[in-house]
Amino acid sequence: MLPDFLDRECAPLAANVPAGHIGADAAHWREAAEALQADGANLLTLWGADDRDRDGRMRIHAAYLLRDRVIVVEHAMPAAAPVYPALAARFPVAVRMQRAIFDLLGIQADGGDTRPWLRHGGWPERVYPLRRDVGQAQTYPAHETPYPFVRVEGEGVHEVTVGPIHAGTIEPGHFRMSVVGEKVLRLEIRLGYTHRGIAKRFEALALAQGHRLAARICGDSTVAYAWAYCAAYEAIAGTAIPPRAAALRALALERERIANHLGDLGALGNDAGFAFGLTQFSSLKERLLRHNANTFGQRYLFDYVVPGGVAADLPASAPGIMLEEIATLERSVRELRAIYDDHAGLQDRFRGSGRVTPEQARTLGAIGLVGRASGIARDLRADLPWTPYAPLEVAAAACAGGDVAARVEVRFEETLESLRLCRRLLETLPQGAVRTELPPAPPARLGLGLVEGWRGPVLVALEAGANGTIRRCHTHDPSWQNWPLVEYAALDNIVPDFPLINKSFNLSYSGHDG
Amino acid sequence: MFDVLARIFRTGRLSEAPPVAEAATPEETALQRELHAVFGRALCIRHVDTGSCNACELEIQALTNPHYNLTGAGIKFVPSPRHADLLLVTGPVAVNMEEALKRAYDAMPEPKWVLAVGDCAAGNCLFGANYATRGSVRDVIPVDAVVGGCPPTPFAMLRAILQVTRQPPRAVAAGAGR
Repeated sequence: MLPDFLDRECAPLAANVPAGHIGADAAHWREAAEALQADGANLLTLWGADDRDRDGRMRIHAAYLLRDRVIVVEHAMPAAAPVYPALAARFPVAVRMQRAIFDLLGIQADGGDTRPWLRHGGWPERVYPLRRDVGQAQTYPAHETPYPFVRVEGEGVHEVTVGPIHAGTIEPGHFRMSVVGEKVLRLEIRLGYTHRGIAKRFEALALAQGHRLAARICGDSTVAYAWAYCAAYEAIAGTAIPPRAAALRALALERERIANHLGDLGALGNDAGFAFGLTQFSSLKERLLRHNANTFGQRYLFDYVVPGGVAADLPASAPGIMLEEIATLERSVRELRAIYDDHAGLQDRFRGSGRVTPEQARTLGAIGLVGRASGIARDLRADLPWTPYAPLEVAAAACAGGDVAARVEVRFEETLESLRLCRRLLETLPQGAVRTELPPAPPARLGLGLVEGWRGPVLVALEAGANGTIRRCHTHDPSWQNWPLVEYAALDNIVPDFPLINKSFNLSYSGHDG
Repeated sequence: MFDVLARIFRTGRLSEAPPVAEAATPEETALQRELHAVFGRALCIRHVDTGSCNACELEIQALTNPHYNLTGAGIKFVPSPRHADLLLVTGPVAVNMEEALKRAYDAMPEPKWVLAVGDCAAGNCLFGANYATRGSVRDVIPVDAVVGGCPPTPFAMLRAILQVTRQPPRAVAAGAGR
């Protein structure tokens, strides 16, 4: 049961999914969190804002994902004492977000871990760079700041540290494993190395330019981010995009999902010693990317999604070529799946490694692909289908195993489902325009864009400023939710399995670090 | 096992010819020729991401897929900068990666090259210097060459790698390290 005020005071929020917005004092903020947690809602994201120029206050916002809608709860604080009730006791996923918000805005949770998260020493301790009195081009000399990792004591315990520069060609992050022999007793992850000040940069851009920055937050999910940004912008402007544009965006999003899943399936085979898998899947992925370049003009579909629609229509020959490509891919993926399933050595490495039980996943708030591999069958495309997903009837993949094998299984399922969706989209492609002009956006209006990217829900909360500027833009990657799960998945596993476990999550660093 | 072999047989060879680097100029010195003779067929590359969005990383990974046959050209990625001749740097140099980048560069033996990969690393993108980034790789360590693109295609990178190894490494040309 949700408390009365959540329904009574909830105003509709401009978004591409059903959404509401509510202002709350500290008591209601706490009460809402309690009731929503009891109701099984996920805390999607937290963000802060410096509104001292407007009404002398700082604000914190929490977006919750319910079964059938999103609720954004907003709490205003006096600028002199910007402290809010911590959410981490009910939603463990809040811990790092609370730390990040303090680093950027000096808005403080009233309890929990207070170590810095995004500030590694690149800017001084009492400087909060996302406040409006810090200039866009302001820089600071770096000074080394030690980070207090949690130490594990005991006979025979030693630390294995990895990163920020990893052995392979991947993004930077730091992993510290406390081990006895080969066994992992504790894993602590430190992120923030790729923090580029994205939120600050948005505030220097025009609304009509922001999609280009959104597209470059996390390159493997460029379609998801650009779509979420544009959806928020279009919601504020009160404009629906042409049906053909919506279908083409979905086609691009599903191709992005397929490309990433193919890449991961190959890399997972390789990390378990099966180089054949990498050769085969990386070749399938390469061909898909080349088709993207020929059809959409860019291998990863950068800047294909633009405000009001998509950048260009398909060449006339494209649907036919893509339908053939889909048939070939389906055959290949099915054939390779049978090979993976039957390969005893591969399955021996996959099964039981890096397990996250459904209970852990629920308690810790797992979402997206990782959640679905631990029995949480939630997928925005099925649960809150935004245009054009409703008629496509997306089947959310689900697998309760929670181990590397389950995350492989979900990727196979989703690749085949996305191929089906691509075929449906091409066969039912509406005619007409692929882009529409957006009217000027009313200032001070908040809009939300929520898109199920290949990792999970990608969220953009956008507030328009005066004269077509961006006042505040918060972006959220599902990796925030799922990184803490990696720390659990590694427990009691052996160190040599860690790369395989980590790859099976394949979370984003740049999307998380922002 | 049989289905694996059958699939390999049906897949056949995927490797394609590498792009031709621009012909060396007549001014090419004996030193340059020698270096290319030494490294051109056994080049070890270390990559450092200093805040890229991961698209450049995906394209660097794509270089190792069977279509580009990088290993066939004697080029390989190594896990330690101490084993590397060439440093590929992506991203606009997040301040949180500045120290790691400098240390990786210093750890590389001489002679060495640095190739800034992508528009961010080149300082030619949305990510100018601010509280969180330095703006370009050149602002932090010496850079020998730049390959633009957002992200650069694998072929563009391959061309740049072949070309940069034809130049004398900057440190040797200047007669000293950093």
